[in-house]
Amino acid sequence: MVGRKHTVAMAPGRRSEIALTLVVLAVPLCLSLWLLSMVGTVREHGSLEFALPWVPSLGVSLDFLVDGLSLLFALLISGIGVFVTLYAGSYLAGHALLRRFYLSLLLFMLGMLGLVLAGNLITLFVFWEVTTIASYLLIGFDHSSETARRAALQALLVTALGGLCLLAGLVLLGMVVGSYDLSTVLGQGEIVRSHGLYGPILILVLLGTFAKSAQVPLHFWLPNAMAAPTPVSAYLHSATMVKAGIYLIARLHPVLGYTDLWMWTLTLVGAGTAVIAAVLALRQTDLKLALAYTTVVALGTLTMFLGSEASVAIAAAMTFILVHSFYKAALFMVVGIIDHQAGTRELGSLGGLAARLPVTFIAALAAGLSMAGFPPFLGFIGKELKYEGALAIASEPLLVAGAAVFANALMVAVAATVVLKPFWGRLPAGLRSTREATPGLLAGPLLLAGLGLTFGLAPGLVAESLVQPAVTAVLGRPETVKLKLWHGINLPFFLSVVTLLLGTTIFLGQRRLRSVFDRLARLLPVSADHSWDRALALFRHLATVQTRFLQHGILRHYLAVVFASVAIVLLWVLAEGGVLSMGLSWPELTVKEWAALVLVLTGALFATTSRAPLAAICSLGALGVGIALIYLFFGAPDVAITQLLVETLFLVLVAMTLHRLPVLSGAHIAGFRPWDALLALLVGSAVSLTMLAVLEQPFTSPTRSFFEQAAVAQAYGRNIVNVILVDFRALDTFGEVLVVLVAAVGAASLLGQRLRGGKAAGGKRQP
Amino acid sequence: METALAVLVGAMTATGVYLMLAPNLLRYLFGLILLSNAANLAIFAAGRLTRAVPPLVPEGLDVPPVPVANALPQAMILTAIVIGFGLLAFTLALVVSCYRQLGTLNSDTMRLAEPPAAGGEH
Repeated sequence: MVGRKHTVAMAPGRRSEIALTLVVLAVPLCLSLWLLSMVGTVREHGSLEFALPWVPSLGVSLDFLVDGLSLLFALLISGIGVFVTLYAGSYLAGHALLRRFYLSLLLFMLGMLGLVLAGNLITLFVFWEVTTIASYLLIGFDHSSETARRAALQALLVTALGGLCLLAGLVLLGMVVGSYDLSTVLGQGEIVRSHGLYGPILILVLLGTFAKSAQVPLHFWLPNAMAAPTPVSAYLHSATMVKAGIYLIARLHPVLGYTDLWMWTLTLVGAGTAVIAAVLALRQTDLKLALAYTTVVALGTLTMFLGSEASVAIAAAMTFILVHSFYKAALFMVVGIIDHQAGTRELGSLGGLAARLPVTFIAALAAGLSMAGFPPFLGFIGKELKYEGALAIASEPLLVAGAAVFANALMVAVAATVVLKPFWGRLPAGLRSTREATPGLLAGPLLLAGLGLTFGLAPGLVAESLVQPAVTAVLGRPETVKLKLWHGINLPFFLSVVTLLLGTTIFLGQRRLRSVFDRLARLLPVSADHSWDRALALFRHLATVQTRFLQHGILRHYLAVVFASVAIVLLWVLAEGGVLSMGLSWPELTVKEWAALVLVLTGALFATTSRAPLAAICSLGALGVGIALIYLFFGAPDVAITQLLVETLFLVLVAMTLHRLPVLSGAHIAGFRPWDALLALLVGSAVSLTMLAVLEQPFTSPTRSFFEQAAVAQAYGRNIVNVILVDFRALDTFGEVLVVLVAAVGAASLLGQRLRGGKAAGGKRQP
Repeated sequence: METALAVLVGAMTATGVYLMLAPNLLRYLFGLILLSNAANLAIFAAGRLTRAVPPLVPEGLDVPPVPVANALPQAMILTAIVIGFGLLAFTLALVVSCYRQLGTLNSDTMRLAEPPAAGGEH
């Protein structure tokens, strides 16, 4: 976190920073204006589509769909992006990594816009992950802090795991519909809901969205993510990214909604999240953390309302998205200013700042009143609409309304805490020198809070242009939405009064309540955050054990696995194919041929059993000679000569290097290893049987006769073997020379100068 | 007569594998020699054997007058022998270099890359 700064003179570095901020600022500003220009068209026509082919073979294209829902989110993202960038420019002034910050912020902004505008399920998923990665970079922006790194990793893992579930769900959905195109998918709700895979699709998709939108019990990463700089908390973790899950739920409402499973899952998870997070919010003494938990409350409320199919409930959710984004971003910025100017955001050490930070106080008050739901702020309209929506939910109006009242009452209490505690009361001695923030810091919260007031006074500005098209898109049928500041005295109004009274009571008795909650919390056996740590430790342990088991580092055990696999595969294929008739015939060999065979066999056996390496080398030499004789007897004099040459050369090499090795000591001696012998016998028999099976097959070789015909006619050579090597397969021979050269270079670099000549000689061969 | 070679190749493979499974790197090298020779013989036998008639075309003729040995496996073995030699020479250099740096030929004790315990967890 950036501490207090007292920059007076404008250094040249500061000037280039401002220029940078202005350039970055231009991006969301232009995007906002562009998106605003589409509002009218979308309201009239329902949606706009843009398409670019991307991976046509997989049916994936980079197409974008702009309808009421995506436009609402896109405007929020780009609009709040403007204020956040402005704010960040002052908040992080002089920070060495400002450029990197802007880069990550822009990456996030574009990813988020891509996510809400995507017209294809796969495109949507890719952008979804872009926001996850950008969020990781931004939470861990203060990379020298252990807490920030842990929070970043936690957020990444939780949301990316959810992302994997989401991907699976989206792929299944695409399979069921037969297309990844969003507008096609949206029209196939009937088919999807009656398909056998509906349950798995719904659960996988919801897991992804719950992880992203911090629903209990996956909520724990969001408060930890407050380790990020305040502009990031205001932008990603209250106004935009955490609402990506909400967006997706709303987006897929026409396809996956309208079932009991959908309704119950969303209502119960949402209500549970709202209530639990509201209790947790009240326990916090860190202003930023308290706000973070109220974000979770808001997300729970939104989820709860999206479970419904009543248009007024959806309208309540869409309006609340607007309301929440305005006041929450503003309040985060206010807390950031308090932190920045006063150096702390702990409730206990703050007070009486209203006189020192008057403008900040005005912004805080406006945003706080909107959060608490006082008229004439947009928050009031949002809250009335919420109660109206809750009562309209046919199945469980009491549960939803009860959860909403409880959550809202706690919101009132938290709003009062955030707005009143730091600004009211006695000014602590340490804060006497606190000065009002710069205009750059103040502009964002003031304007956002002002928007909350403006739209509250004139709800018509957003009702027909933004909320109504969004509700239409969510429900997949045309809807009319009217927002009014004053609904008259009715049940929602009564509930509002109850909420305010309850909230005030909680605020006044908050110290006592906090201690009760603390005592309750201590009764809980585990917290989600700790379980996460334990799960992560377990996972690491598992990885270690598994790696130790597979990667033990002992060469001969690796080899044993390889050899055993070879033997098993060979024997299995032989047994499976039944190719071996075992019609063995006694080989008809002459005496000299028998002699050569026996020489090879003896050499091999003696090399294996010999205890002295020199004797082993000699028997290997004898074996080489025996093999050369076999080549000679069966019409391959060229091969025989090469074999002898190479054999000799290798013996020379071994002889040259033996004196460097402990051959004459006892190191060579090893006892009989029965298991290895068994494995060796198994591999040997597998090879023998395979060869017998091969040799049983009738032999026809068109290549053989081709080479015999073509040797003279085409290559003008009478030695067919040579012709093959230097003409027909010349490129192979060239490759072979290269291999030997590379081996020589490798060996030379291993051994140093002395042996280089000996190795390079291996590159030559008789033609 | 190919049957005899099939059995011989099996025996060479078995001895080669046994040697390669030894902890001593020098024996490992000997095993490698046996295995590469066995592979060459296997290719040779798979192309079928013809006694004592090398694949040559006499002067004045365009094709061999009598059935000659199969030339293709021979060409392949020639390549294989030379590449095998390169491999063996490189392995020998590795063995020597290993001994020089680690002071042992026992591959069980060469655990620099994958130490027996600790590490991994942070």
